[in-house]
Amino acid sequence: MERYKIIEVKESVFASNDREAERVRRQLKAEKTFLLNLMSSPGSGKTTTLLRTIETLKEHLNIGVMEADIDSDVDAEKIAAAGVKSIQLHTGGMCHLDAGMTEQGLKEIGTDDLDLVVLENVGNLVCPAEFDTGAVKNAMILSVPEGHDKPLKYPLIFTVCDALIINKTDVLPYFDFDMGKVVEYAHMRNPKLKIFPLSAKTGEGVEAWCDWLRCQVKAWNEA
Amino acid sequence: MHELGIVFHVIKTIEQVGEEQHLQNVASVTLEVGQVSGVIPHELESCWDWAVKRTELMPTASLKVETIPAVTHCNGCGQEYATVPQGRVCPHCGSEHTWLLRGSEVSIKEIEAR
Repeated sequence: MERYKIIEVKESVFASNDREAERVRRQLKAEKTFLLNLMSSPGSGKTTTLLRTIETLKEHLNIGVMEADIDSDVDAEKIAAAGVKSIQLHTGGMCHLDAGMTEQGLKEIGTDDLDLVVLENVGNLVCPAEFDTGAVKNAMILSVPEGHDKPLKYPLIFTVCDALIINKTDVLPYFDFDMGKVVEYAHMRNPKLKIFPLSAKTGEGVEAWCDWLRCQVKAWNEA
Repeated sequence: MHELGIVFHVIKTIEQVGEEQHLQNVASVTLEVGQVSGVIPHELESCWDWAVKRTELMPTASLKVETIPAVTHCNGCGQEYATVPQGRVCPHCGSEHTWLLRGSEVSIKEIEAR
């Protein structure tokens, strides 16, 4: 019988996922579809922000939404009611989505006629940050009640994101939330991060965020 | 359950290696886990046996974990220091402009197979 030998692998655990994510991006590029990976804690106002975004952009873009939040039956209904294509992804109880699950979701939703697909990742600031989903850009929502120290506590997610939405600015007067500090801490982790303070409830600041997103989609789908 | 996802990715990578190198059986897997990777070795172990049992290539493979100490570089004074227990603030000069050099990685070092 052949003897056991040591075989060097020397590969990051995330490497196979990274390769799959690259494949997903190449496919999206070919189909002229932009995928946004949206991450946040539970209760940050992800669905409300998404509804505002859809409302603002649906005249210009064909939008699809893939919901991965574990407790999101209600969310999926609200999104469907907004008149865009939406599906529920199955994470199998996992705390994050990886590129393989995203690819299955994209097949299910059908990207042929879609300009923009938003992947609503599992509500969690740790695990989703470690797995590249194949998205073109990553964004996260931090809400005022969560506190301005989050970039210090969860540095990785701020490092991997292209845009940071600071939601619920309408309640700023009631919280010890220092906008200057959060911007400083976030830029310390990621100097290129675009920051959009807004209130999904009142609509204040939503325009700037939607302009940024529209520009990103245009640049990707036209190039 | 973050560790379960990691175990699935480890298995997937080893199955690819197994196919490329025509391996029959994997007896052990050695992982390098950074001290501040957020991965808890005990949690990896708790789902390892369950997950590998479902594979053909490595149903009885054991798991070995080697910890990589975390080291931070300070932009303020250019020195390096052990991330744990100091954290983000440089113990030499008090600067907060510091970067993690290593200690966040999770990688497969080697496998024992035939």
